Amino acid sequence: MSEAVVPDAMVSPAVGGPYGEKAGGPMLDFSYVGIDAILEQMRRKAMKQGFELNIMVVGQSGLGKSTLMNTLFKSKVSRKSVLATAQEKIPKTVEIKSISHDIEEKGVRMKLTVIDTPGFGDQINNENCWQPIMKFINDQYEAYLQEEININRKKRIPDSRVHCCIYFIPPTGHCLRPLDVEFMRRLSKVVNIVPVIAKADTLTLEERDFFKKKIREELRANGIDVYPQKEFDEDAEDRMINEKIREMIPFAVVGSDQEYQVNGRRLLGRKTKWGTIEVENIAHCEFAYLRDLLIRTHMQNIKDITSSIHYEMYRVRRLNENNTMVLPPNRTN
Amino acid sequence: MASSDVARQPDKGVRSLSLAGHVGFDSLPDQLVNKSICQGFCFNILCIGETGIGKSTLMDTLFNTNFENFESSHFEPQVKLRAQTYDLQESNVRLRLTVVNTVGFGDQMNKQESYQPVVDYIDRQFESYLQEELKIKRSLHNYHDSRVHACLYFISPSGHSLKSLDLVTMKKLDSKVNIIPVIAKADTISKSELHKFKIKIMSELVSNGVQIYQFPLDDETVAKVNTTMNGHLPFAVVGSTEEVAVGNKMVKARQYPWGVVQVENENHCDFVKLREMLICVNMEDLREQTHTRHYELYRRCKLEELGFKDTDSECKPVSLQQTYEAKRQEFLVELQKREDEMRQMFVQRVKEKEAELKDAERELQGRFEQLKRLHAEEKAALEEKKRLLDEDQSSFGKRKAAAQLLQAQSLTANGKKDKDRKKKNDG
Repeated sequence: MSEAVVPDAMVSPAVGGPYGEKAGGPMLDFSYVGIDAILEQMRRKAMKQGFELNIMVVGQSGLGKSTLMNTLFKSKVSRKSVLATAQEKIPKTVEIKSISHDIEEKGVRMKLTVIDTPGFGDQINNENCWQPIMKFINDQYEAYLQEEININRKKRIPDSRVHCCIYFIPPTGHCLRPLDVEFMRRLSKVVNIVPVIAKADTLTLEERDFFKKKIREELRANGIDVYPQKEFDEDAEDRMINEKIREMIPFAVVGSDQEYQVNGRRLLGRKTKWGTIEVENIAHCEFAYLRDLLIRTHMQNIKDITSSIHYEMYRVRRLNENNTMVLPPNRTN
Repeated sequence: MASSDVARQPDKGVRSLSLAGHVGFDSLPDQLVNKSICQGFCFNILCIGETGIGKSTLMDTLFNTNFENFESSHFEPQVKLRAQTYDLQESNVRLRLTVVNTVGFGDQMNKQESYQPVVDYIDRQFESYLQEELKIKRSLHNYHDSRVHACLYFISPSGHSLKSLDLVTMKKLDSKVNIIPVIAKADTISKSELHKFKIKIMSELVSNGVQIYQFPLDDETVAKVNTTMNGHLPFAVVGSTEEVAVGNKMVKARQYPWGVVQVENENHCDFVKLREMLICVNMEDLREQTHTRHYELYRRCKLEELGFKDTDSECKPVSLQQTYEAKRQEFLVELQKREDEMRQMFVQRVKEKEAELKDAERELQGRFEQLKRLHAEEKAALEEKKRLLDEDQSSFGKRKAAAQLLQAQSLTANGKKDKDRKKKNDG
């Protein structure tokens, strides 16, 4: 195999225009092939197709899940904001309700689905309250699998798999409750879990640090692998970035969709008698880190891990349990 | 669209929302591109054309490098394909390029089967991708995609029309691969002839129903340039890796006594257009078409051939799994039947052999009896003889005894007489 390394004096790829018109020295036109224009082509294709993201929020009622979603996406994406809140009764069992939105930013279109789980952890007896959630997640994998093994497949299979599950830990300040441990232990095997400490404005900084350390210890002791998982780090650079994140989880967040005037600027925050908590100020809470992780830097990675690891594991399990070999019985080459 | 006053939407309805601030997911395309950069890209080109038509030279010129080429002879008995893979890099993009060349295409006396090796190669690549996709434990994102993304068909610059070999081959390939026809060695055709030639070729392709690759028009950014280029098909190309000084620059060109044909001069040939279309503008689309159209078609045909359907006879949707179960049952039943048959046959054979052996045994037994009888008879006869002999012997013995007695008696009688006489004599 021969390698053709073009000198680095190359200009960055043109944006789809014909190369004959490129103004440049004679040497540039001579050796430039144009392979890196494929990046631009990919970008165009991605923008045209749009993206899909499915986020599930799990936690007891009253922890601020809907508010956090609204804060993350800076619009009323949660179910409560959409539907008439006629009944706010706590349901008798865990329900799964999802709602989808088309949002667009700078030409990038995204179909965001927020999956809410009212009733989780609210009953007196909470044994097996993760089951409906597990079932929902597995149902989405199943639906995708069925579409994938069809003979006549759709051009683009609609992706309803849960990419990320944000788990809300109540700010007790002590340690994880058995419900938290059970849930995260079971679900970290099928979906990416991002634990957050809800309503973190009730903890002082020392309490917060202590709580986080305790939580991390408990997660480690129970063998719970939350996102970003150690085993999926691809290279040293990845590991470095992810280690920094792992030292900070769970993020202590505060959500708000109301703006206040602080120091002459309008900021999202919570106004109390003793001060205003600025949501996007990293000295106050870690919302900005969560947002950066989920949206600005690791969104594609979250989706990749869901599709290439969690979904594949489900697929292997499913195909093995029916004892059907998916390979055709007689191989022709 | 403000969201606060929308209330009566169904739970699963999708609505458009406007964002109140900068969220940040506009970096998603960048994240996607970064991931692809880490993974690298794959591109596979198939070049079909007669020996010596300039396939390797064109590839060298296109990718600005010297692939290991060797000239092939004209005496190949069959069309063969030679695939070579290279790792190229330009700025931060790594490309794994596979160039597949036909060897001996158009050289045989009988060209009826010339297209077959090409079709077989393309199908083999689809097949191995399908196998990987159907595996239980699979790794699709690590898989080296060897499916042919673009097929450059080299047309000889005769100036008249397409050869029937060209038409037949392209017809066989148009549903399997993206065909981009090019006129090779275009420096042998004059401009006016070229124009007529191109029109003739395109009309022949259309009238024979050959679907060549059309550059996509759905994206506004490139629709205009693609439409223009679609009108220039097939591209008339000239390839050269040699540099000639023109003015004060060194350009890739072919030097003739009557002038210099510059490869990258758009007035001289369409090489720049080809490079533009193939690499700079549509590489991703070529890959996508291969995956979503040609591969899906292959997959559908292959699976249907194996007997899988999406809906069964009552038009109810049948999952692949159900079909598999049914097939598996069928297969197992068949297996069982065969096993039973074999067992039957075995039992039959055993019985036959047993019968045979029994017969043999009976026969032997019969012979034994017979021999025994014979032996007994002989023995009886011998016994009889012995008895007679014994009788004879005993009667002889008696007679002998009697004779001896008589003799003895007569002796004693004589002796007595003598004694008596002696006594008388004495007395």
